[in-house]
Amino acid sequence: MHDDEQSDVQQAAFRTSRRGFLKGVGIASAATVVLPGLSLGQEEAAGTPGLKEFGSGPLEISLKVNGDERKLSIEPRTTLLDALRTKLALTGTKEICDRGSCGGCTVLVDGRAMVSCMTLAIDMQGREITTAEGIGKDPGFAPLVDSFCEHDAAQCGFCIPGILVRSAALLKEIPNPTPLEIREGLAGNICRCGTYSRIFDAVEACAKKGGVA
Amino acid sequence: MPMSGEFKEKILAPLMSISTGKDLKFVGKSILRKEGIDKVTGRARYVDDVKTPGALYGKTLRSSIACGRIKKISFAPNIPWDQFTIVDARDVPYNRVLQIESDQPVLCDGVVLHREEPILLIAHEDPGLVETAIRSITVEYEREPGIFNIGEGRILKQYDIEEGDWKKEFAAAEVVFEGEYKTGAQEHVYIETNGFIACWEDECLTVHGSMQCPYYVHKALKYAFKLQDDQINVVQMTTGGGFGGKEDFPSVLAIHAALLAKKSGRTVRLIYDRAEDMASSTKRHPSISKVRTACTKDGILRAIDFSFHIDGGAYITLSPVVLSRGIVHAFGPYKWPAAKLHAQCFFTNSPPYGAFRGFGAPQSLFAIEAHMTALANHLGMDPAELRRRNFIHRGDTMPTGQVVDEDPNMEALLDRALELSDYKTKRARWKRGGGKGISLSTFMHGTGFTGSGEVYLASRVGIATTKDGGAEVRVSSTEIGQGTETVFPQIAAEALGIDISKVSFRRPETKVVPNSGPTVASRTCSVVGKLVERAAGKLKQRLAGADIRQHYAQHGEAYEEVEYVPRPGLVWDDDKYKGSAYGAYSWCVNVAEVTVDPVTAMPRVDTLTATVDVGTIINPVLAHGQMEGGIAQGIGWATCENVVLKEGLMENHHLTNYVIPTSADAARIVVEFMPSPYSEGAFGSKGVGELPMDGPGPAIVSALNDAMEAKFTHLPLLPEEMLK
Ligand code: FES
Ligand code: FES
Repeated sequence: MHDDEQSDVQQAAFRTSRRGFLKGVGIASAATVVLPGLSLGQEEAAGTPGLKEFGSGPLEISLKVNGDERKLSIEPRTTLLDALRTKLALTGTKEICDRGSCGGCTVLVDGRAMVSCMTLAIDMQGREITTAEGIGKDPGFAPLVDSFCEHDAAQCGFCIPGILVRSAALLKEIPNPTPLEIREGLAGNICRCGTYSRIFDAVEACAKKGGVA
Repeated sequence: MPMSGEFKEKILAPLMSISTGKDLKFVGKSILRKEGIDKVTGRARYVDDVKTPGALYGKTLRSSIACGRIKKISFAPNIPWDQFTIVDARDVPYNRVLQIESDQPVLCDGVVLHREEPILLIAHEDPGLVETAIRSITVEYEREPGIFNIGEGRILKQYDIEEGDWKKEFAAAEVVFEGEYKTGAQEHVYIETNGFIACWEDECLTVHGSMQCPYYVHKALKYAFKLQDDQINVVQMTTGGGFGGKEDFPSVLAIHAALLAKKSGRTVRLIYDRAEDMASSTKRHPSISKVRTACTKDGILRAIDFSFHIDGGAYITLSPVVLSRGIVHAFGPYKWPAAKLHAQCFFTNSPPYGAFRGFGAPQSLFAIEAHMTALANHLGMDPAELRRRNFIHRGDTMPTGQVVDEDPNMEALLDRALELSDYKTKRARWKRGGGKGISLSTFMHGTGFTGSGEVYLASRVGIATTKDGGAEVRVSSTEIGQGTETVFPQIAAEALGIDISKVSFRRPETKVVPNSGPTVASRTCSVVGKLVERAAGKLKQRLAGADIRQHYAQHGEAYEEVEYVPRPGLVWDDDKYKGSAYGAYSWCVNVAEVTVDPVTAMPRVDTLTATVDVGTIINPVLAHGQMEGGIAQGIGWATCENVVLKEGLMENHHLTNYVIPTSADAARIVVEFMPSPYSEGAFGSKGVGELPMDGPGPAIVSALNDAMEAKFTHLPLLPEEMLK
């Protein structure tokens, strides 16, 4: 599906161009979308001469994300959220408030839910990080993913990856949560579409059907 | 992978059995949303998820005063400014944002009319450097006193509607009762902030963004850049909620992103962080209503005198139509022999207020519904009984002159809501002032654009055959969480007589889809859906039973398009502001049950019951979702969402200090549909999206008044106010 999306984005610009000719498009990994209008081979956010004093030098680190060891180059102040989204193209983790108050950026770190916007990437070396994408691929969590879909827990969907991750942590910790435990366990995540009751039902139904592995 | 994007029928027993009265295969079924799995697992692509190597990051320099003139802009000497792209008003081909009018500049051209007004745009490859650079620009102003109160400034728009001899009714009335009602601003908090990515190529502009209305953005870009239609492509990305907040506001953003892209010759990302989004974007219009009613001692209503005032902010945006929807809902679902309705919107030096779910109706309905309960108390009557005596029926005339030609069935909705909530027992048992309260609201919401709006829009919808033997729905109506991407294929599959798995939904982009109007006004499912139904019917006729796959192989794509046709007999007079404001209304009753903490005065909405007629339900689970979500926003507006305004600016523009309902305080929401189909809506459907926003406010405030033995007439009603 990513390929579809990518070609859609490219085609959109193609259709706008009167000459119907695309320049500078072509690099795109399976998980990324590349917009046209760029010259090829350009370094992403290349250093800007004369402005060096504003940024400190990049650092090579390695993070274990969704089971894979990934190398990346970051600045020391880079949050885990930024590293995941901009360096590793794992955009399932969302930024909503950037202040630790919405839960949209929740990931699992060694199995426990954490908000990645308040966590420095550099401190996460050697830890096991799992994002919503990782949960989506893990057969052990498939019942939870299914349950979210079956209960129509996602309306606009933007809050949902964070809530899925939080729910996964909850069910790992409490395999058979009471309704109150679910409510309180998810209290750090906000959903403006107001699908809370479906989320509660989805988690409860998943637990009743045997939970996650 | 579970379900792999296939449509599946949802098996949720209580929601499954809504009868449409016809033998339908897909309509009325809780088909699961197709994009659900991608949203749940983080694969859905929102605008900020698009990767753009080499792109520049944009940021906006905004005014720090509310009213005055820009004297000087200075750039600190230690920054190599030539490495940044900087755009000001001089770079805009035509410095105006086209909405209903075009009074709003794209960028300040010397005069500042509100806090956070955009002055300069700046972009660089390194987002961190953009932040630094923006802090290194100083703007000097010549301040002028601003206007921040409704009624003090110039009138932005006014409507007056009269029906019957209201003067005589008031003079002869047994009881005259009046009150003043106020509602606060409300921030949308769509959970994905606003964002656009723009790039130019060969004089052609493509923007990708988060939005409700691709053709509004298209129109605004065309105007500001003086372009032709085919030079612009507006592409909607998966959109993380809108609620009206992405109706008018994205046009401004798209122009800004396109300006930076044009000047730099690069792709530009302009994606707001939460603080900027909340501070600078539109909000729900604050309102003050004065309501005076005449009735008999038995509570039979004789006349209403309603004056409705709202704050429009510094520019016109959509305020005239918000005001209009507000005033044509102000009389509620009641019969009034005479009425005087007066509505005014005022300019202030606040950032412009804009569309928000309900669009003026929640404000005026708050006033009339809080008033009805207060009047019942004044008369010593049960508020439910007062309403029952006055409900409007088929054949009655509304103060707008519209003769009701459907059955509102308000009595049935009321009876069922009272029964579901056990209203009578609780009302008798819970003593006034005892910390628990139960109250209600009864209301309606017009489907689609107000007045001649739908006629002017002249929406079009297309449907095409596909190679694999299916069909593709092409509309500019966007999926923003409400389920367009699922509901339209249901309608099309039903009308075409093919399986739902064969019908796809084309993601809206203006180069490909026809203009089916904006995704607003509870019009998508019912009004645009009807066009989908007609287009599919037309395509079916053309195919004349042929196998689509074979037909495609022989003739290529078969495409049919239809245009909106006004409902016969539906007349609206724009000058007199009289006539049939809407083709149909959705009807609803809410009962709110609340508890107030005796120590902290913290209010809690325990249960909110809604009985609802939105016509035929196309997809029960999605319709329930709309009701639940709208009610949750209504609860927030009534109890905790307090926009603190300072010089017109939302001071608490963070999620840490603007509180919206969380899972911990989610109320129990009970929804029951009692459909009466509407002939001109898709398979009988009427509007759903906005209705749920209208009723919780007045029902909750009235219930809190009972719980606290108080007489509050405003919202949000905060604990600190109740403690006094
Ligand atoms: S974005 Fe991290 S908690 Fe809100
Ligand atoms: S689904 Fe839209 S915010 Fe939760």
